[in-house]
Amino acid sequence: MAASTPVLEGTPQSRARSFAYGLKAGDELAYVLTLAAASAVILIVALLVYQLWISSRLPIHKFGFSFLTGRTWDPNAGDFGALPFVFGTCVTSALALIVAVPVGVGAAIFLAELAPPKTSNALTFLIELLAAVPSVIYGLLGIFILVPRIRQYLAPALRDVFGFLPLFQGPFYGVSFLSAGVVLVIMVVPFIISVSREVLMAVPVEQREAALALGATRWESTWDIVIPNASTGIIGSGFLALARALGETMAVTMVIGNTPQITASLFAPGYSIAAVIANEFTEATGDLYLSSLVFLGLVLFGLTILINAFARILILTTQRKGAQS
Amino acid sequence: MATPHQQLQPITTRPPAELTPPPSSAVPKIRAQHLNFYYGTFQALHDITMDIAANQITAFIGPSGCGKSTFLRTMNRMNEAVRNTRREGEIRLDGEDIFKLDVASVRRRVGMVFQKSNPFPKTIFDNVAYGLRINGVRKKSIVEETVQLSLERAALWTEVKDKLNKPAGALSGGQQQRLCIARALAVEPEVLLLDEPCSALDPIATLKIEELLFEIKNLTTIVIVTHNMQQAARVADYTGFFLLGKLIEYDNTRRIFQNPSKKETEDYVTGRFG
Amino acid sequence: MTRQVTFRRRFINAFMLSLTGVATLLVVSVLFFILGYLLWHGIGSLSWNFFTKLPKPTGETGGGLANAIVGSAKILALATLIGVPVGFLAGIYLAEYSGRTFAFVVRYITDLLNGVPSIVIGIFAYAIVVKPMKHFSTFAGGCALGIMMIPIAVRTTEQFLRSVPTALREGSMALGANKATAIFTVVIPAAKQGLTSGMMLNLARVAGETAPLLFTALGNMYWSAGWSQPSASLPVMIYQYAISPYEDYHQQAWAAGLVLLALVLSINVTARLIMSRGSSLARR
Repeated sequence: MAASTPVLEGTPQSRARSFAYGLKAGDELAYVLTLAAASAVILIVALLVYQLWISSRLPIHKFGFSFLTGRTWDPNAGDFGALPFVFGTCVTSALALIVAVPVGVGAAIFLAELAPPKTSNALTFLIELLAAVPSVIYGLLGIFILVPRIRQYLAPALRDVFGFLPLFQGPFYGVSFLSAGVVLVIMVVPFIISVSREVLMAVPVEQREAALALGATRWESTWDIVIPNASTGIIGSGFLALARALGETMAVTMVIGNTPQITASLFAPGYSIAAVIANEFTEATGDLYLSSLVFLGLVLFGLTILINAFARILILTTQRKGAQS
Repeated sequence: MATPHQQLQPITTRPPAELTPPPSSAVPKIRAQHLNFYYGTFQALHDITMDIAANQITAFIGPSGCGKSTFLRTMNRMNEAVRNTRREGEIRLDGEDIFKLDVASVRRRVGMVFQKSNPFPKTIFDNVAYGLRINGVRKKSIVEETVQLSLERAALWTEVKDKLNKPAGALSGGQQQRLCIARALAVEPEVLLLDEPCSALDPIATLKIEELLFEIKNLTTIVIVTHNMQQAARVADYTGFFLLGKLIEYDNTRRIFQNPSKKETEDYVTGRFG
Repeated sequence: MTRQVTFRRRFINAFMLSLTGVATLLVVSVLFFILGYLLWHGIGSLSWNFFTKLPKPTGETGGGLANAIVGSAKILALATLIGVPVGFLAGIYLAEYSGRTFAFVVRYITDLLNGVPSIVIGIFAYAIVVKPMKHFSTFAGGCALGIMMIPIAVRTTEQFLRSVPTALREGSMALGANKATAIFTVVIPAAKQGLTSGMMLNLARVAGETAPLLFTALGNMYWSAGWSQPSASLPVMIYQYAISPYEDYHQQAWAAGLVLLALVLSINVTARLIMSRGSSLARR
C-alpha cells in the first residue's frame, strides 16, 4: 500500500492503515495456521505408520512372513505367531456379517419401503443411537446378560439343530467365538441399516413403479429391482461394517475367552488381534513380546485400510450410478 | 359411447381413422362409474363415469393438472402406492371390480408405460423377460419366443436382435421407450395404459411409437394420456377431454376435434387455452 | 400365464415383508434392552458414595468411582483441547483455502486415520508419549483420544463450512473484509449449528472409548494429581470391574455403565436436536 502523501501518527488515516495491515497479516496468519493444521494431520498419520513399522522391526526381522502363518503364541518360549488371532478376528467378524447383513438389509427395507416417513425417521434415529453406545457397555451386557442366555438357549438349540456340523460341537462354557460373534452382530447392524436405508431410498421411484406396473408384488419389486439397483451401496455398507468388526476391541475381549487357538468349533473360546493386544500389552515382558504385539497392530491396521478403501470405492460407484439415471 | 357414422374432412395426412361402430358386446373393457379421487383433502377427480372400448385407442387430453394422468393411474391401481389418497366409486375390468381383485393381478392385466422410460439396469433380454419370469414362465424356449415377439411388436426387434445381452441403458431414449412397451406387452396385458409416452422423445421416435400403437391395437386395448392434441387426433379412436378433474366430453375423436358439443372442449381444441 | 397372481407369490410377499418388520423390531428392541438392563442393574448402585468416594479395595463395599469420573473429565478435556483445534483448523483449510490435489490427499489421510482401530491409536500414543515420558499418564490418554477426535473434527468442519452459501462470503468481502475475516466473522457463525453438533457427537464418541486408554492413562485406584500420573477413567473402570470376580465391583460396573451411557446418549440426542431444531435449543 504505497502512500503518495505522508500520513501522520495518530490520525484516522494511520489508524485505518494499521488496521488494514493487521487484517492482511491476519489473513496470512489464518492461512498459515490452517495449512499447518492440515499438514499436521498428514504428519500424524505418517508418524503413526512409521512408529508401527519401526516398533515391529524385531519380529519382522526374526519371523518375517511366517509371523502371519505361525500358529503358536508362546511368550515364554519367545515364539510368536499371528495366525490364531487373525483366525479369531476373521471368524468372529465373518460370523457377525453373515447374520448382520440379512437382518440389517431386512430392517433397511422395512424402513425405506414400508414404514411411513415419520415412523421411519423415528426408528432410524433410535437405531442410530445404538451405534453411539460405547463398546465397553456392549461388553458389560455381553458378559452378564448375553453370554448366560446364549449358554442357556442359543447354544443348545444350535447343537440340537446343527450339531452334525463341526461348527457346533464340543463343550460350551460361555465365552467363545460364538458369543463374540453375537455381540458383534448387535454392534455392527446399525451401520448396515443406516447406509442401506439411504441407498435404498435413493433408488428412483420410476424403477419401483416399472416393476409394480408389470404385476410384480411389493416384495418382488423390492427384491428383484430395488435391491439390485442399490446393491453396490449395500455391499459397501457390509464392508464398512466389516472394518468396524475387525477393529472392535472391548466387547470382543470381554466375551471371546482369550484363548489363542484355531479350531472348527464356534463353541470354543478364542482370541482376536485387538483382544490380545488389549490384554497383554501392559504385561508384555521383553522387547520381542511387546513388538510382536505392535506387529499384530500393524497387521490389523493394514487389514482395515484395505477394507475401508474397498468400501468407499463401492459406495462412490453407486452414487454415481444413481446420479446418471 | 360411439356416434353414428359421418362424412368428415380428414384433418391430417394420415388416412382417416374409421368411425368404428359401437362395440357389439354390452360390456366395455373398462367401465368407470362415479369415480372420485382425493390426494389428502384435494379432490383430483370428480365423478368420472366412462367406458373404454375394447381393442380401440382411447386418448385423454386436457391441460396440465386436469386429472387425466391421475385417472389413468387409477385404472391399474398405481395410485395406491402414494400415501394419503382416497378413492370413491368403481372401476370394472371386464365386469370385475378391480379393487376387489389382487392388485398384482390387476397390474398384470392392465399394463403401463410411463412418461420417462424406465428400463431396469439389466440386459435388453432380461428387461423384456422380467414380467414373464415373475409370472412363472420359466421354460427357456417360451421365454425367448415371447421376448422376440414382444420386441417385434414394439418395432424394436431388428434394432436390438444382435445385442440382446447388452445393457438396456445403452439404447437411445426412443429405443428405451419401445423397450418398455415390449416389456409391458410380454405379459400379454388386456389393456395397455400409456402416460404421455412420447413427451420426452423427438418427432421421429414419436412417430415410430404412434405407428406401433396402430399395429398392436388388435392385441390389446390402448389408453393413452397426451398433452399433445395433434397426437390424440392422429392416433385415437375415442378421446376424452378432462378439465379440473372432471370429464367434460368423451366421444369419437373426429367429433371431439371437429364438432365438440361443449364450449370448454371447443376452446381447448382450438387452442384458446391450455 | 395365469390370470391370478398365485397364492405362492402372495404368500412370499406377505411373509418376507413381515420378516423385514420383525428384523426392524428386533434391532430397535435391542436399544431398549440395553437401557433397560443398565437401569435395572445400575440404578441401585448409584449413590452419593458412587460419585464422591474412591474405590475401596477388593471385598470392601462402599467405594465409589469419583476418581474415574474426574479422570475421564480431565482426559476428555485434554482430548478436546488437542483434537478439536487441529481438526477445526484443518477443516477450515480444506473448505476455504486448499487446492484440489492437496485437499484430496488430506481428506484421504483423514479417512485413513478415522479407520484406524482404536487399539492401534493406543499403541501409537504409547510409543510417542508414554515411552519418552517413561510412565503412563493422563496426558498420554488425552493425546490418544485427541488424535481420535481429529478426523471427525476435520470432516465435520469441512462439510458444514462448505454448506454455507458463497453469497455470504462474497457479501462480507464486498464490505471490505479480507478472506480470514470473512471466514471467522461470517462463515463460521453461519455454520455454528452444524459445527457445534458435530463436535458434540465427536466428543460423545471418544467419551466411550476404552481401548486407547488401556496403555496410556492405564488406570488408578486413587486420585491422579496433575497430568503426568496414570489416571482412572469411567470406561476403563467398567472394563476392569466387569472382568473382576467381585460382586460389589460388578454392581459398580453397572452403575458406571449407566452413567457413561446416559452421558453419551444425552450428548448425542442434544447434538441431533441442535441440528434439526435450530440454535434456539443450544442457548438453553
